[in-house]
Amino acid sequence: MTAQVSTIADTRSESSPRSAPRVLLYAVLILFAIYYLLPLFIMVVNSVKPLSEIQGGNMLSLPAQWTLEPWQKAWNEAQIGVQATGLQPYFLNSILMVVPAVAISTILGALNGYVLTKYRFPGHKIVFGLMLFACFIPFQIVLIPTARILGTLGIAGTIYGLILVHVVYGLGFTTLYFRNYYEAFPTELVRAAQVDGASFFKIFYRILLPSSGPIIVVTVIWQFTNVWNDFLFGASFSGPNAMPITVALNNLVNSSTGVKEYNVHFAGALLAALPTLIVYIVAGRFFVRGLMSGAVKG
Amino acid sequence: MAFLEINRLEKSYGAMSVLKGINLAMEEGGFLVLVGPSGCGKSTLLNTIAGLESISSGEIKIAGRRVNDRRPSERDIAMVFQSYALYPNMTVAQNIAFGLEMRKVPKPERDKAVAEVAETLQIGHLLNRKPSQLSGGQRQRVAMGRALVRKPKLFLFDEPLSNLDAKLRVDMRTEIKRLHNSLGTTIVYVTHDQIEAMTLATKIAVLKDGHLQQFGTPAEIYNDPVNTFVADFMGSPPMNLVPGELVMSGKAYAVAIERDGTAPVVLPIANDRTVVSPAGQKVVLGIRPEAITDVDGADRNAKNVIRVSCRTEVVEPAGSDTFVVTRLGGKDVVARMRSDAAVKLHSTTDFAYNMDRAVLFDPASGNRVA
Repeated sequence: MTAQVSTIADTRSESSPRSAPRVLLYAVLILFAIYYLLPLFIMVVNSVKPLSEIQGGNMLSLPAQWTLEPWQKAWNEAQIGVQATGLQPYFLNSILMVVPAVAISTILGALNGYVLTKYRFPGHKIVFGLMLFACFIPFQIVLIPTARILGTLGIAGTIYGLILVHVVYGLGFTTLYFRNYYEAFPTELVRAAQVDGASFFKIFYRILLPSSGPIIVVTVIWQFTNVWNDFLFGASFSGPNAMPITVALNNLVNSSTGVKEYNVHFAGALLAALPTLIVYIVAGRFFVRGLMSGAVKG
Repeated sequence: MAFLEINRLEKSYGAMSVLKGINLAMEEGGFLVLVGPSGCGKSTLLNTIAGLESISSGEIKIAGRRVNDRRPSERDIAMVFQSYALYPNMTVAQNIAFGLEMRKVPKPERDKAVAEVAETLQIGHLLNRKPSQLSGGQRQRVAMGRALVRKPKLFLFDEPLSNLDAKLRVDMRTEIKRLHNSLGTTIVYVTHDQIEAMTLATKIAVLKDGHLQQFGTPAEIYNDPVNTFVADFMGSPPMNLVPGELVMSGKAYAVAIERDGTAPVVLPIANDRTVVSPAGQKVVLGIRPEAITDVDGADRNAKNVIRVSCRTEVVEPAGSDTFVVTRLGGKDVVARMRSDAAVKLHSTTDFAYNMDRAVLFDPASGNRVA
């Protein structure tokens, strides 16, 4: 079957020599690829050259002298807070925040989706509508109430506070994803498991979760990217000890004293972007597959 | 005492009532088929027996125990679903053993039970496959295996054969009947296919719009339908329903039916019938196609066979029989002839009406009057 399909594709490409529209298509695609890759290129090349070369005005050229010193400096020497610690502790803060925030919001989203599709109760549509509404509330509106709540709970300025904020804010999206995914999941399977004597949670993790791979990947990527890249909540609710890497990077780049070390800034920005890049590269193909599944049967 | 008892069962979703005062009772080892057109509430009724849907009022008893508020897992039932509902992430063996696992049966016992069921259903070679690797018929067997392995008091089947192709459906039907006979299990089975209902059931319940129309043995339902709905729904081709008028022919009742061109046909009613309507009343005569035959093919034991000449409109040879359509009382009337009966299209032929098997309905209400 696969062989057949590929031979058909081969003959087609051979029989129709590169037509004008196809050339145009590739030209546009390559142009866009360059457009998107150029900033990354500039960041990478400038992060591995000494500051003197940048100051000399050679921003677009490859480094004359390759060095990893800016990376090392950004990681554990740069002056960010009171002490010259580099981005290292803030990177750790972000990890400590993002892992529980993503895990909790994904699990809760899955449970919400499960209940909203398989244990329908009167008013389930309204509940779902309100949760969906949460996706559209701008961050800025909730800053002050959130600050009050975090203060009341006694977790203001801590990583726990940030985790809570991100879990609550992510819940709308994760619920939306899982509800739509489980909507297409056959209800008869849940009923069969009920007759077989499986409990609410047993059905969830023995029947639904094993079939939820694609949507879990989508949700994790989405949540990871959002929580990791968030700046506003990080800047508003983190004390000096809970600052996530996005805020630290801002402090690094915007520090007004001394010489602007562009190479260190570029290296720092790349360090801050690395985890999301890795997540995309590792799970990206599942991401597209997950977004598509449910749209097409099977 | 009845094994499965349903008393005055009502079910409504908000203002919409889907089951209206259902009363049923079935003995142990029986095979109850719930049949009716789509939307009649038969699947809902099955789900309420299973406990998958709550009831609004009434009572359900299984083996003398009231189960209204029991969860599905506490009712000692097993269910086979229309889509089979096999767990896609588990192998066939795990699928079958899942119910036992949830009931904390130790692994060695589970394996033994799975092996026994696999033996019964001849699916031993499939145990390590995933459901996606099975054909429709194999999935069907696995779904039945999952129900059988727990040895529950009551089996529930929700249109289990409707996803199979015609030939496989007939095979599986026979298989289910054989299993029922050999294991002596009690079964409630939902279908919209009246042939499945007739072949499998020991008792049939015909439903329409949430009302129980008739509850009885297949023979009662087929030969003694309580109203025109049941008469029309059961049987293929369905019972002929011909409008006519009740008249007195001598001392006995008869039905006069209009016929194109010539004088009305007068068909006497068997003497042993109680007729509840007065003469002159409009009635609907119900007569099964097989009670209208060629003259040689008439039932020799019937006491009340009337010869009627009619013009044939359509002749449909079906191999084993030939169906002949004539016009009577403004309706098509189907007769079931032997395949070798000499019938010509558009010619006048003698038909033998076995009036022992005729029934009468009230044209307005559709209910039986004789």
